[in-house]
Order: sequence, then C-alpha cells, then structure tokens
Amino acid sequence: MTALEQSKQPGVSLWQDAWRRLCKNRLAVAGLVVLLMQAAFALATPWIAPYAYDAQDRALGAAAPSGQHWLGTDQLGRDLFTRILYGGRISLLVGFVATAVALIIGVSYGAFAGYAGGRADACLMRIVDILYALPFTVFVIILTVFFGRSLVLLFAAIGAVEWLTMARIVRGQVRSLKQKEFIEAAYVLGIPRRRILLRHLVPNALGPIIVYATLTVPNVMLLEAFLSFLGLGVQAPMSSWGILIKEGVETMEEYPWLLIFPSIALSVTLFALNFLGDGLRDALDPKRSKD
Amino acid sequence: MIAFVARRLLQFIPVLFVIATLTFFLVRLAPGGPFDSERAVSPEVRAQLDAQYHLDAPLAVQYRDYMVALLHGDFGPSFKNPSRSVSEWIVLRFPISLELGAYALVVALSIGLVAGVLASTRPNSIRDHAAMSFAMAGICIPNFVLGPLLVLVFALWLRWLPVSGWDSAACKVLPSITLGAMYAAYIARLTRGGMLEVLAQDFIRTARARGLSEARIVVRHGLRNGLQPVVAFLGPAAAGLLTGSFAVETIFRVPGLGREFVQAAFNRDYTMIIGTVLFYATLILLFNLLVDLAQAWLDPRARHDGA
Repeated sequence: MTALEQSKQPGVSLWQDAWRRLCKNRLAVAGLVVLLMQAAFALATPWIAPYAYDAQDRALGAAAPSGQHWLGTDQLGRDLFTRILYGGRISLLVGFVATAVALIIGVSYGAFAGYAGGRADACLMRIVDILYALPFTVFVIILTVFFGRSLVLLFAAIGAVEWLTMARIVRGQVRSLKQKEFIEAAYVLGIPRRRILLRHLVPNALGPIIVYATLTVPNVMLLEAFLSFLGLGVQAPMSSWGILIKEGVETMEEYPWLLIFPSIALSVTLFALNFLGDGLRDALDPKRSKD
Repeated sequence: MIAFVARRLLQFIPVLFVIATLTFFLVRLAPGGPFDSERAVSPEVRAQLDAQYHLDAPLAVQYRDYMVALLHGDFGPSFKNPSRSVSEWIVLRFPISLELGAYALVVALSIGLVAGVLASTRPNSIRDHAAMSFAMAGICIPNFVLGPLLVLVFALWLRWLPVSGWDSAACKVLPSITLGAMYAAYIARLTRGGMLEVLAQDFIRTARARGLSEARIVVRHGLRNGLQPVVAFLGPAAAGLLTGSFAVETIFRVPGLGREFVQAAFNRDYTMIIGTVLFYATLILLFNLLVDLAQAWLDPRARHDGA
C-alpha cells in the first residue's frame, strides 16, 4: 500500500481505536455488561423488587432460599433479594458520586499545579505529599463517628481521601502536555490561559483520568462497605451491601445465606469494575499495559 | 546519607504538628463528648469530671496545654480507661497488632511470591491464568468478607480452628490469612510483572545457553532482578498491614491497637484518638522514609534526585 492510499483511509480517532481494543478484551466487556446490568437494576429497583423493602413477615422469620424468597429472608422476614437490590442502589451511588467528588477535586488541583508550574506547583505538590502521610482511614472513621452518618458526609469524606492520586496523575500529564507544540501554538494565538487549560490540556489527559476513575470506584465502594461494616455507614432504614454483610456476619452460624449473598453481590461488582479498569488501561494507554 | 535522613526526620515535626492540631480541633469541635453517652450524670459529677480533665477550660487553653504535654512526650490519660495512660495503652496493644501484621506479611510474601513465579515461568498457560484469577479474587474480596467466610467454613462448619481470640497459635491462623490475602494478591501480580520483564532479557538467554537448570535460572538470576517492584511495594504494604487491621481485629476479636482505636472513636476518647492518630502517622512516615532509603540502595539512579 502506498503512502497516498494509506492517507486516504478514514482516520481512526483515539477513542474509536481504544473502543475497538476494549471490545477484544472479553473480561473487560463482561465487566462492562455486568455493570450496565447493575445500573439498570439499580434504576429499576422500585418496579422489579419482588417485595417492599421494609415489608416484614415476622411469622416467617429467617427462612432459607426458596421459590417465594429467592435468596431467603432475614430474622424480621424481610426478603433478602429485595434488600440486596435496594442496598446496591446506595453502594453504587456512593461509589460513583464519591468518585466524582474525588475526580473534580483531583483534576482541578492537579491541572492547576501542573499548569502553574514553578513555586506554586512545588508548594501544592508538597501539600499532597504531606496529606499522603496521613492515616486516612483513621480520619474517615473520626469524621463519620463525630459528625453523624449522613450520606452527604460519606461522599465528602471518601471523596476527600481519594483525590490525591488523581491530582498527581493529572499534574504529571499536564506538565508533559504543556511542552507540546500545539499548546505553544495556542499560547501564541493568544487564547486565554483558562481556555487553554480547560479546552486543550484537560481533554488530552482524559485517558489516564478515565482509567484511574474506573479503578477508584471499587476502592470507594470498598471504603463505604468497610465503614458500614464498622457500623459507620448509612443509617437504617437505608441499607448498603456493607451493612447487609455486617448483619450477615452477626448471624452467619444460623443463617449463612444472609452473609453469602450480599458478599457475592459486592465481590461481583468489584470484579467487574477491576476487569473493566484493567481493560480500559490496556485500551487507552497501550504503552503502560505490560503488567 | 545521614544528612538526608536527618533532614527527613526534621520534616516529620511540622507534619506531626499539623496532624495533632487538625485532629485536636476535629474531635473537639464535633458535637458530643466523652462523658455524654453514659447514664445521666448529675451536673456536679459532670462538672467534676470536666474539671478533672480540664474540659472546662477554654479550647485555646486546652490546646496549649495538650501541645505542651505532647512536647514532653505525654499523650495524657485515656478518658474512658483511666487506669492507664494513652502511651501505656499503645504499648500494651500495639505489639499484638505488630504480631498480626508480621504473620500476615509472611502469608502475603510466601503465597504471593510462589504464585507470581509459577505464573511468570509459564505465561498464558492454565497455571498462569489460575494464579492470576486467585490474585484478582484476593483484590476483589475485601477482608471483612473473606474473614467471616473463612470463619464460617473452617471454624463453624469444619471445626478445625477457633472462631476468634488471640490466645493460642490456632487462633492466629485465620486472622493472619485474612489480613495477608490482599497483599498476597498484589505481590503475586507485581512478581509476575517483574519476572516476565527480566526473563525476556539477554542475560537469561545467556544463562539458558550455558545449560543452567531452569530452577537455577529462575531463582538465582530471575528473582534477584525481578523482585524490585515487590521491594518497593513492601513499604506501603507493611504500613498498611500495621495500621489497616481495624476490620480484621474487630472480626476476630483480636485485642490489638486497631480495635482499641475504633472503640476510642466511638467513645469519643479524645486523648486516646489523638494519641493513636499521631502514633499511626509516625509509623507511616517512618515506613515512607525506609522505602526511599531501600530504593536508593537498590537503584543508584534514584539516589540523587528528590533527596
């Protein structure tokens, strides 16, 4: 094929190329499908849940899985499948919203530091270094114990913990992009700095940002479940997978299904997110996909 | 070298000062206090308690007093368990967390290295896929899920091991595995990655050409070079194992510092919280320093920049 013919071929954008690579990774596609299904379940929960989420059947009590209650019931006779569906809504919500919080803080902080450079950059990144040394789990525990267990606080606390790595990644990207000719060209054209930052630098760093965000979601969901497990998560009557696992642990000797099914729900989601994250990393960042 | 360590140690001081200040005001400005949860105490008793612990003084004065005491290495008395000072509680509880963390590290290293090497010597074989699936499972199944499941199977159904406690060697098996599992998974992945890179290099081909046995090639030539990412990971791993055992200690009722801290937070035991946070922060800072030193020692290129 001559160079001329080659140049006539339709161009493949980074995103089309990445999408094609992602589709070849069966595990990543499976992860994506699982997550989409879960999102659909979470949105449709009020209509597809077989029982009302607070419906009790005290006469029945804790029953093993059966035709009526697919995954069994808890001590109050509440249907476990229904509780897992509603719990999933909270777990997924926390996972995605807290990641969004971390994303917003991390990207703006990192982009600003990387773009400003010089002393401002050194100072901002030294702050990140110091924050890295903080025992963060400890702070999240203190925050949630002392300021009550509201969903908003949970988002803020977890988001505030998870933005550090994002800030480092974005700063590194912006610093290396800043040297590129197209940024110099934009500068020479007199485009305002904020516009350069928002329209030219950040969009070009999107690949690593997306990859890291996908890998942050499982971390966040783990942290939420961990807090719930310690009794610090969302408050009853709301429930999340972490809370269901905590309750399952308390009665696992008599009613093992109350532990096993919520554990499966959480683990499958974490599997899906990790597979998708790994696949996205391979697809968007082919150079770094060795390990 | 000494100057580098000294400079880093000096940097600890402002960091720890900021952490102490942050934690102090965080716990003090929050609603609720250490003596709120108890049965209604009469106002006189309450006033007496407050006076005893100087909780009636203005916050700025309390802060000054606390910081001055801290400079003398005094974490103060524990509000909820006044029989011992905070330092004494840490001395009593931390060795248990340390022991648990050490066992978990042994578990993580032995499983992780073996799995990683087995996977890397036959890449893309069934053996590789099996080892890496296990590693993925280790990362995706959180320890507060793994722990109860292990208890369910090995303690309640098979009755091989005790459910909880920390008195006998048998008690220590399940908590160590639970805590070490995730780190074993990371070590397996890092080992595989590092080994694959090394095994593809020329000096390994030379060794093969010289007719060395496969075992000797992998162990003597491959591991020595392929383990660098694992070494870099050991610092954060050790810090995580020592400071991250809250859930494991709670599940297995291990009387370590992690469980003590969670209880202190629930009880709003101000001095105990700040003392433990500072202790944990110091540990993390020390481990970060050790990692930097180890990396400089392993890789001369890393020595000059950033120091």
